[in-house]
Amino acid sequence: MSREHVLHKVRTALGRSAGQPVEDPPPVRLNVPQASVEARIAVFCERVEALAGKTHRASSLDDARAYVESALAGRKSVASNAPVLRECGITALAGVESGITDALELRTLCASAACGITGADYALADTGTVVILASPQEARLISLLPPVHIAIVERERLLTGLDELLAILPHPAEQTSSMVLITGPSRTADIEQILVRGVHGPGEIHVVVV
Amino acid sequence: MPARVSLFVTCIVDQLFPKVGVAVVDVLERLGFQVDFPERQTCCGQPAFNSGYREEARQVARHFLDVFCDAEYVVVPSGSCTSMIAHHFEDIFEKEPENLERARRLEPKVYEFSRFLLEVAGVDDVGARLNEVVTYHDSCHALRELKVKDGPRRLLGHVRGLELREMDAAEECCGFGGTFSVKFAEVSGAMARTKIDSIVRTGASAVVSVDSSCLMQIQGALARAALPIRTLHLAEVLASR
Amino acid sequence: MSAVFEEKIHQTLADPKLQLAIFAATGRLMEKRRKAVNAEVCPDFQELRTQAHEVKRHTIDHLDYYLDLFERNVIAHGGKVVFCKSATEVADFVLGLAKERQAHLIVKSKSMTTEEVDLNERLEHHQLQSVETDLGEYLIQLAHERPYHIVAPALHKTKEQVADLLTERLGVPRETIIEKQTMIARAVLREKFLAADIGISGANFLVADSGAIVLVENEGNARLTTSAPKVHIAIAGIEKMIPRAQDLAVFLKVLGRSATGQPLTVYTSFLSGPRRADEIDGPDEFYVVLLDNGRTKVLADRDKRESLYCIRCGACLNHCPVYRKIGGHSFPWVYSGPIGAILTPQFLGVNHEPGLPFASSLCGACAEVCPVKIDIPKILLELRSEVKKAEEREGTSRLERLAFRVWAWVMRHPRLYEMAGMAAAYLAPSTDGGGWVRRAPSGIRVAPLDAWLSQRDLPSAPAKSFRQLWRERR
Repeated sequence: MSREHVLHKVRTALGRSAGQPVEDPPPVRLNVPQASVEARIAVFCERVEALAGKTHRASSLDDARAYVESALAGRKSVASNAPVLRECGITALAGVESGITDALELRTLCASAACGITGADYALADTGTVVILASPQEARLISLLPPVHIAIVERERLLTGLDELLAILPHPAEQTSSMVLITGPSRTADIEQILVRGVHGPGEIHVVVV
Repeated sequence: MPARVSLFVTCIVDQLFPKVGVAVVDVLERLGFQVDFPERQTCCGQPAFNSGYREEARQVARHFLDVFCDAEYVVVPSGSCTSMIAHHFEDIFEKEPENLERARRLEPKVYEFSRFLLEVAGVDDVGARLNEVVTYHDSCHALRELKVKDGPRRLLGHVRGLELREMDAAEECCGFGGTFSVKFAEVSGAMARTKIDSIVRTGASAVVSVDSSCLMQIQGALARAALPIRTLHLAEVLASR
Repeated sequence: MSAVFEEKIHQTLADPKLQLAIFAATGRLMEKRRKAVNAEVCPDFQELRTQAHEVKRHTIDHLDYYLDLFERNVIAHGGKVVFCKSATEVADFVLGLAKERQAHLIVKSKSMTTEEVDLNERLEHHQLQSVETDLGEYLIQLAHERPYHIVAPALHKTKEQVADLLTERLGVPRETIIEKQTMIARAVLREKFLAADIGISGANFLVADSGAIVLVENEGNARLTTSAPKVHIAIAGIEKMIPRAQDLAVFLKVLGRSATGQPLTVYTSFLSGPRRADEIDGPDEFYVVLLDNGRTKVLADRDKRESLYCIRCGACLNHCPVYRKIGGHSFPWVYSGPIGAILTPQFLGVNHEPGLPFASSLCGACAEVCPVKIDIPKILLELRSEVKKAEEREGTSRLERLAFRVWAWVMRHPRLYEMAGMAAAYLAPSTDGGGWVRRAPSGIRVAPLDAWLSQRDLPSAPAKSFRQLWRERR
């Protein structure tokens, strides 16, 4: 609406002219430490649990499925289209709906499901974070609407931290309209600073490392 | 030939807390310094500067530069006055290159009292003795602008018979803030009361600081609350024998 | 200061429950921050602050370039950018779009910028329901109040007050257990998310090289607001810009730790454009509204330009001993605390509340914790000077100005200073024995003296000044 007006005011305020070049910004300094996969898994699980998330280190794909099965306890759930979920046999579990590509159908299912099960594009060890990019494999609402979120993280995708994520993915916008970093269950302390979990997002999260 | 130190005693010490000035002189002379008191000194200009009257502050600051331009060292028993001279003269003389230059030349010679002892005199033990339980209040300007924090504690640590107990709100503002104390008197008073609550919790019988303005605020609140705790400037503690 | 300001301050100070609520909440946030920034846990925190300051300086100094780059990238990813010079234009845009889309219900996530432009009020005027979804903001909306604090909008509300609010406005049976109150709000808001036509968010950061916005939250309401409705409008001040996605490595670290002591908040969303063609869900339309509303004025003032570096963490509020006494509602505008004290005069003019820059003891705690190293005390001092210049032009505050002129004259003349000192000592209230004075002697009524004595005792004048003692000693 007021594009030229605002930009003109900005330029005038700065004493710059249209199209005037810009020197380089201060260099980005990303710190990517060396850490073995084992070390990353250990730190990651510790951090997730410190945030009241639950973790499980699966010894095999079968074991991952067994954990999820017991966590679901037969309740109605929605699983994303992440290949790892099929590979583990999670999509075949009783009560689990998957393979949905229609937005409305997905939303309706998620709104009434007890659990949402997703994969993860990355995970960040030092903060206990699961990173999900919206894609044909991963819908946004699965990790958001149901009160329980279970994420299956493949160990190769476990990075040391945010710096490493930004080092390997400097332009997330080229891949997706939505990259979400999920660090623990939803929470608020808005009333008398008392902590309550599961305000809008899931109040319970499980992370299974395969 | 002992080093010559010029004392900028500050208007508040001069007029309201002269014993602090006397204590500073005692400590410095005992350490072998020759203390000189340029009698034409008055004020650093801070009250006007903080109240938004930069022109008036400038006039007073020029006078300060005139008085102290030949000093080898200027010792100041106040964190806020030191920071006014060492940091804010830059802002005041922004448009007066000659005075800016004078201020810049003077700046490295200007020391808050505790920093002078530690950095120039190179001592942390001045041979003082005071049998008392005290707590220390970090004056805001000293703490945040001059980075004066461990220094006074080290000096207090060497005072024989003295026990230093830290209060939980040592770094919180006492609420003085110059004209803030009268313009926003209610808030200032509330801040002072929070401060003295913290002091009382230590069980100390005295509060020590490097700024007499803070001590005036704190003592005023203690007296109003009829609490028998006294305030002491660091210099007064260090001058005790 | 204005009578309104004085009265609000007085009311807040006179309310012990409110004092406790403010004290406890800010104390807790300070403690959380302290734990997250100490040297063992975050050894390079101070370094990060410097980097954040430098990146902001570069960005703000070249803001035209980055606004242009941002816009191109938003468009490249299927979104649209709308520049608004004022609050009215923002509302007009939203209303226009809502009308075109036949929208009735809007859900909103927390955004101080939308408070700044009174968006909800303006929308409600046109029969559009706009529901706040952040729990604290929702409660504030129900109460028809403004946020009390940048990060904790309902900081001042007790659970009893929340119970009253929910019963009164929603008709639910009275509930005082906080967890249950939260679940009541959750249930109400869930329906809204799923029924809303438009989701409006703010933006913690605008990322120029990606045409993306970043949203930082703990509840999940921002994610729902920006994922469930078909249309997403993000509204942000132009100063929220950072050059690169990779700059988030610095900014996310300093923001979370400074605001709530969290290395990362529960959800960090990096959103660019509407959903892509092959994505399953997400909005079909994505708009970023870039707001001026006075920011270009601040931009033009080199000395105070860094006021725009603010990333709205709230740390300055938590650490400010004045905010901890007077609370958020004493401030005249939506931004409170130290950052509010420097933004308000710059956006609304120094005459809006001339006392505001003086409502500070200049302790510097704010500058010490600001993650982008804004020198707030320095800016306050400049604003004070501007207030006095304005008063001089308008011919107000004559007595004070005269007093300082006389004071400066006296201070330039040492002998006068000495005589003035002796005169004051003679006239000043004193007690025998040099104790502290409770009351001014009757007959002497000086406003500053009365103000001082209203709160604490005054030292009585010593028998001799230091210079007199000095002379005697020599």
